[in-house]
Amino acid sequence: MPQIFKPTANAFARLSIAIGFGAVVGSLVVLDLLTRSPYGTEVNVAREQPVAFSHKHHANMGIDCRYCHTSVEEGAFAGIPSTKTCMNCHSTIFNDSPMLEPVRESWKTGESLQWNRVHDLPQFVYFDHSIHVAKGIGCSTCHGRVDQMPLTRKENTLYMGWCLDCHRAPEKFVRPKDKIFDMAWEPPPNQKEAGLELLKEYKIDTEHYKMLDCYLCHR
Amino acid sequence: MNETPNTTPSEPELTLAEARAQLAKARGRNYWRSLEQLASSGRFHAMMEREMPKQAIAVSEWDPIDRRDFIRLMGASLALAGLTACTKQHEEKIVPYVTAPEEIIPGKPLFYATAFSHGGYGYGVLAESHMGRPTKVEGNPDHPASLGAADAFVQASILQLYDPDRSQAHLKLGRSATWNEFARDIEAALSPLSNGAGFHILSETVTSPTLAAQIRAILEKYPQARWHRYSPVNQDNALEGAKLAFGSPVSVRYAFDKAAVVLSLDADFLSHGPGHMRYARDFMARHTPELGKKMSRLYSVESSPNLTGAQADHKLSVRASQVEHIARALARGLGLNVALGDTTGHDEWISAVLRDLKRSRGEAIVIAGDNQPAIVHALAHAMNDALDNHGKTVELIEAVEADPVNHSASIKELSTAMAAGSVKVLLMLGANPVYNAPADCNFTDALAKVPLAIHHGLYFDETAKVSHWHLAATHYLEEWGDVRAFDGTATIVQPLIEPLYGGRSAYEVLSTVLGRSSRKGLEIVQEYWKEASNAGDAFDSQWRHWLRDGVIPSTAGGVQKAVAKSGFGSGAPAPLSSEFEFIFQPDYGVWDGNYANNGWLQEMPRPLTQVVWDNVLLLSPQTAAARGIKSGDVVKLAVGSREVEAPAYVQPGHPDNAATVYLGGGRTAAGRTGDGTGFNAYAVRTSEQPWIAFGTLSSTTSSVDVVTTQEHHSLDGRHLYRIATLEDFIKDPKWVQAYDEFGQDPTSIYPGFDYSKGNQWGMVINLNACIGCNACVVACQAENNIPVVGKDQVRRGREMHWIRVDRYFGGDPANPSTALQPVTCMHCENAPCESVCPVAATTHSADGINQMVYNRCVGTRYCSNNCPYKVRRFNFYKFADHTTPSLKLQRNPDVTVRSRGVMEKCTYCIQRISVARIAAKKQGRLVNVKQDGLQTACQQACPTRAIVFGDINNPEDDIAKLRASPLSYGMLIELNTRPRTTYMARIRNPNPELEGSSSAPQQGEPV
Repeated sequence: MPQIFKPTANAFARLSIAIGFGAVVGSLVVLDLLTRSPYGTEVNVAREQPVAFSHKHHANMGIDCRYCHTSVEEGAFAGIPSTKTCMNCHSTIFNDSPMLEPVRESWKTGESLQWNRVHDLPQFVYFDHSIHVAKGIGCSTCHGRVDQMPLTRKENTLYMGWCLDCHRAPEKFVRPKDKIFDMAWEPPPNQKEAGLELLKEYKIDTEHYKMLDCYLCHR
Repeated sequence: MNETPNTTPSEPELTLAEARAQLAKARGRNYWRSLEQLASSGRFHAMMEREMPKQAIAVSEWDPIDRRDFIRLMGASLALAGLTACTKQHEEKIVPYVTAPEEIIPGKPLFYATAFSHGGYGYGVLAESHMGRPTKVEGNPDHPASLGAADAFVQASILQLYDPDRSQAHLKLGRSATWNEFARDIEAALSPLSNGAGFHILSETVTSPTLAAQIRAILEKYPQARWHRYSPVNQDNALEGAKLAFGSPVSVRYAFDKAAVVLSLDADFLSHGPGHMRYARDFMARHTPELGKKMSRLYSVESSPNLTGAQADHKLSVRASQVEHIARALARGLGLNVALGDTTGHDEWISAVLRDLKRSRGEAIVIAGDNQPAIVHALAHAMNDALDNHGKTVELIEAVEADPVNHSASIKELSTAMAAGSVKVLLMLGANPVYNAPADCNFTDALAKVPLAIHHGLYFDETAKVSHWHLAATHYLEEWGDVRAFDGTATIVQPLIEPLYGGRSAYEVLSTVLGRSSRKGLEIVQEYWKEASNAGDAFDSQWRHWLRDGVIPSTAGGVQKAVAKSGFGSGAPAPLSSEFEFIFQPDYGVWDGNYANNGWLQEMPRPLTQVVWDNVLLLSPQTAAARGIKSGDVVKLAVGSREVEAPAYVQPGHPDNAATVYLGGGRTAAGRTGDGTGFNAYAVRTSEQPWIAFGTLSSTTSSVDVVTTQEHHSLDGRHLYRIATLEDFIKDPKWVQAYDEFGQDPTSIYPGFDYSKGNQWGMVINLNACIGCNACVVACQAENNIPVVGKDQVRRGREMHWIRVDRYFGGDPANPSTALQPVTCMHCENAPCESVCPVAATTHSADGINQMVYNRCVGTRYCSNNCPYKVRRFNFYKFADHTTPSLKLQRNPDVTVRSRGVMEKCTYCIQRISVARIAAKKQGRLVNVKQDGLQTACQQACPTRAIVFGDINNPEDDIAKLRASPLSYGMLIELNTRPRTTYMARIRNPNPELEGSSSAPQQGEPV
């Protein structure tokens, strides 16, 4: 019986094994890159909103974060301003701007504005703004320079690994309490020492409670 | 689906003689979990050896399984498990307020004081609201009927609010109609009646002052109109008994905390009746061994196993009809002039009880059960009088029910009038007589003769279906109203949410009858109280105080002075009958059938029987054996010419030649959950014999699957439940620890973790205080988004409750003592579950909590296999309802809703700990459970404070003291698990004169 495959077929076999292997590895690499890319993480992707709200514009006028995000110091949720909060100013300022039509519409009809969530944690994660603010973590640590964003976007992935970077070494990120809402704050050169001092002051216990217990976020 | 292919073929039934023989052989262990265990049957061992019985047969649901099915299933699993993980997160919206309410901080709940009514009586509650959405109900600590506790009915009431089967529209002849149409129709129907002749109102028990005032106003406007009352579970006998003894229908208030000796004449005062939560708290405060306090003693004469009997130091199990005879003998012994009956065989018991009662003059309570005839109530009053208890442990107060009437007589009168055609307009408020009226009333036939029948209720139920008008009612969390508690204290009922389905309250219905259809509940209630309080301009501020506190001060019923008459018991009682006896009892879960559509209550294992999803007929082992009946066999019960078929269930401790018939099943229009569960016992319940009826019981050839959790999660361990007599405890205070073979602190070869710093959470369950009412089970379900799995899944051992109440019997199966033990995750410091998890989904926190991370869990179930306490629960399916919109509203937003393939278990209410921890950390301190008001859901609900949660590192905390008590012990500590949840051993206080003759365990032999 003649041979079906000639010896040269071995080369094809080896080649196809190599290509197959490469394809598997390659697709895993591509998948990984994809999840880390803005497509996956949605970092720096601005979402379309009913009103093209500019944090840059409002922050530069000197409005404090807490004017709108009222519950950031009390509750888990920082709070999204009610239509009334917008209308406090916009009943007199830019009160005929077509851009603000959805806000006026909401005010007239009593129907809420529907914003698209930019910082969106999975349902099984329970994050609390108030404790972070109380323990010296400023807005810009997680949200970046929102005061320089014409359209709001995510600065960080909000992945668990990213959270743990800080939970494992909070001294790298804590800041004085009067700088929490200071968007321009940068860690000083001696942040390591200053941070350790602040941990003591804030009674952040990194010895016993390592801030790594699962239930801190998952319940 | 009902086939269970690999269960062992049915065991030969255990006879009583064999059971006794088994017990005689047993040494050091006279507690048993079920008759099957006692027989050491193969079936029980099959149950016990599997951590989740029958789960291995899951695949048989697609029987027969072949290679193709197998590959299909595996492929599907791969696709579901692998690919679903790759989906991108859903985009979410944020919907802010248009004008933010000032008091709301998003994510922080608010609590409003209101009142839940059960059987017409109020229980003060605090309803939790998350941004306008009620999610849970807790007891109001300031309310006398709850003192902060909340039983299973209170807890489950939140599910009723969101029940998708609730009636969603007003219906006229089955078609949707407006309120104005109703207003026109009722006016047109009433105006031709002269003085309202032919207008009849039927309500359930009414204690609401406003509602009563409205009905009185109607009766004034229409003098010929009639007001009937009918609750199937009513206090008729107590009412008639009070009339017999005092000549007036007074209510009674007991002070169990002052009672040294309590004698219950078939009264289940710990779990039934308007004051049961308060009574349970008061009673247990005195029934717990405490230094320097005299422990009380409870004698219970019972005709059907109940929770009060389970706590009794001495229990006498007799047929219901014999209770009167025993009461008469007791009364005679106290010097009252009554005729004696037949107490053969119980004389020693009676004389010992009498001696004890006489020693405790002014410090005793004799209480009669609602199912006992009026004469027993009157005798109890007379005995309290003779013992000088009045004004001390027993207080008479003016009747709490508005214009009290005999309900059985009232419904009979109504149905007679209806049958005679003299009822022209019938308005039924909340009642469901077509389902639950006495069988001899022939209510359905009589109703057909009424030209205009109007039904007002939460559901389009059996009565609504045959009425001309159905008005959708509001749930109590949707309406303004008021209600009085067992002691008369009134509470304003305030709404937390707009009516979900446009319902109207009973107040608004009655206002419409009075021709003022546009008035809202708030106006009506305020108008009444403005007048009643006489506060003038100060009314508004008073009103706000009432709403905040949840009680209206000084509305409790005034104390009445009355002396029991004599002579009512001079006639001889009916001789003991040898006829078969039926005892009607409300079901512990669905009560009179009203809660049939409530999945939480249906799936709650009924205390003592642990049966779920059905009402059953209880028989004693002897009676069952004599008639060849097994649990699950369908029997036919006949009372007179009426008969109904019911599943039997064999219950040790039940009196012979009698059966307990639970009400509440067999609904046909309850809703999707309640329809088709159980059997309708009302078919044989008559107005002459509403509680105790004589008839015949015959077996049939069929049998059904009665599902009980009794043998699920069985622990074949050592000394799980520890109990001793007070005497033995005083002799040897260290007896509890004597059972720990390896001492309190076995050594480990692994290095330990330092738990000496910070908050360290722990729990103590006091077995002295637990009455087994299952409030904790339902509270946990409400707090932690625990799904309902259904009867078939429970049969497979897949119930999801994070806390269960194990029941054991002790002693002779003919008259056993009962032991109840709540079991939940022990949060072992050396947790066996943690070391076997391949993905670290369950780990330990620095403050000693065994954490469960759902999003890590891949569902290997190794943890559950390795848990010696069998407290882990697995989501075999997507049990949580992710689709019904109204049910989503009920969920606790602070707890993840688990999906298929995930393990779960008690978390010590981690969400509540987190709230307290965050609050404390902001202030730079540790959590202090008292200061921060931190309680677990089970602890908060417990009527007797049997569950205590706290910080074991804080010496000031209650829990630290309890753990230091000589009664403290850990379950299975010989496994070196170092459980954080520990128990307090139970101490009984038997009468030395009776010990030996009673069925109670002789010695503190633990399980």
